[in-house]
Amino acid sequence: MQSLLDISGLGFERDGRQLVRGLSFAVKPGEVLRIEGPNGAGKTSLLRVLAGLYSGYQGDIHFNDELLTSRCRPLLQQQSLFLGHSPAIKMTLTARENLEWLAALQCRQVSAGILEAALAQVGLTGYEDVPCRQMSAGQQRRVALARLFLAPLSLWMLDEPFTALDKTAVLELEGWINDFAAQGGAVVLTTHHDLTTVTPLQSIVLGGSR
Amino acid sequence: MNPLSLTGLCRALLRRELTVMLRSRAELANPLFFFLMVCALFPLGLGPSPQLLATMAPGILWIVALLSVLMASDSLFRSDFEDGTLEQVLLSPVSLYLIVLIKTLGHWLLTGLPLTLLAPLLALMLQMPSSGLVVLVLSLAAGSLVLSFIGAIGAALTVGLKRGGVLLSLLVLPLFVPVLIFGSAAVQRAVQGMDSVSPLALLAAMALLSLALAPLAIAGALRVSLDQ
Repeated sequence: MQSLLDISGLGFERDGRQLVRGLSFAVKPGEVLRIEGPNGAGKTSLLRVLAGLYSGYQGDIHFNDELLTSRCRPLLQQQSLFLGHSPAIKMTLTARENLEWLAALQCRQVSAGILEAALAQVGLTGYEDVPCRQMSAGQQRRVALARLFLAPLSLWMLDEPFTALDKTAVLELEGWINDFAAQGGAVVLTTHHDLTTVTPLQSIVLGGSR
Repeated sequence: MNPLSLTGLCRALLRRELTVMLRSRAELANPLFFFLMVCALFPLGLGPSPQLLATMAPGILWIVALLSVLMASDSLFRSDFEDGTLEQVLLSPVSLYLIVLIKTLGHWLLTGLPLTLLAPLLALMLQMPSSGLVVLVLSLAAGSLVLSFIGAIGAALTVGLKRGGVLLSLLVLPLFVPVLIFGSAAVQRAVQGMDSVSPLALLAAMALLSLALAPLAIAGALRVSLDQ
């Protein structure tokens, strides 16, 4: 099958330290790729490179056979979702307002039905109009995760998505990743969790050479 | 799932900007209180002589308004940077030019515009002749818009720094100078009964220029600040 994401000869450094050199891998639709490595090995940086937030890299990244440059990556921007350490949730806004705006950033208008279904999926029924300030850290994380269900996507890029989630939520998220992969979506994520229920799981390990 | 039209997008961006700002009232009120308090201190410090205050009023109002705008611009991108919103903005397929244009306009609507509307009241308190009031409002309206956009460039450049406040002032204050010169000159000329169309026209030209070009600089600065 044709690969969704094709990385060849990727290298980047942070603060004068070469973190990754000559890294090549591919992610096909339906695959889950975990980026592993000790703290400071460049896991988050690698995700930021893939998402297009960090341009100081060498090598080629292809998405759907389209070479990505640091500025021009419309296809990736429309079909992928990057969830970083910070959930991009405004504390003063309600879950509904946050999600509506984040969807608008993707040039999409979401109907109330889709929005409520997405919030129900992450277990926040009844919290649609509660300001995020009044939610717990885990619930705020869930609001951010609700974005995964707002629009059809082909690639999820998740940076430590299990942070602040309780045990049931961790299992739920693993289930969503499985379902998404079964429907032909691809997931790239960093995590220290074991991901026991996620199959098939691929891994690349960073920082092994040190 | 419908694609969003351009007007719908602009409306969503602006509404969100205004809602976020209106819900953090303390931050919104700070520059206005600063403007009010500092202008109220001048009669106390200079003595209540009406002639002295009247001659100084245009300069006082303009300088304090300028500092209030500077104060407000420091926080323009700070919270968006801290909660990861800026990352999502940079990853969005929507043009960054449009997003920062609307964000800065929204910011001006809730800082520069209230400042402009408050100014005539303070002008009366400072014994400024009423012949200069209209020009004061017009010059501040156009001038504060320019200041907001220049301040936004500085805020975008310093957003990644822990304490960007001092650097922000150093970066932007020199760029504020032309606006201050033409702004206070317009009011002074009006107070003295002279024609103040030309400084006002220059301010208006600067406002249009900054509307068109500053978002390019802000977008570029944000890209540089977040590229790490």
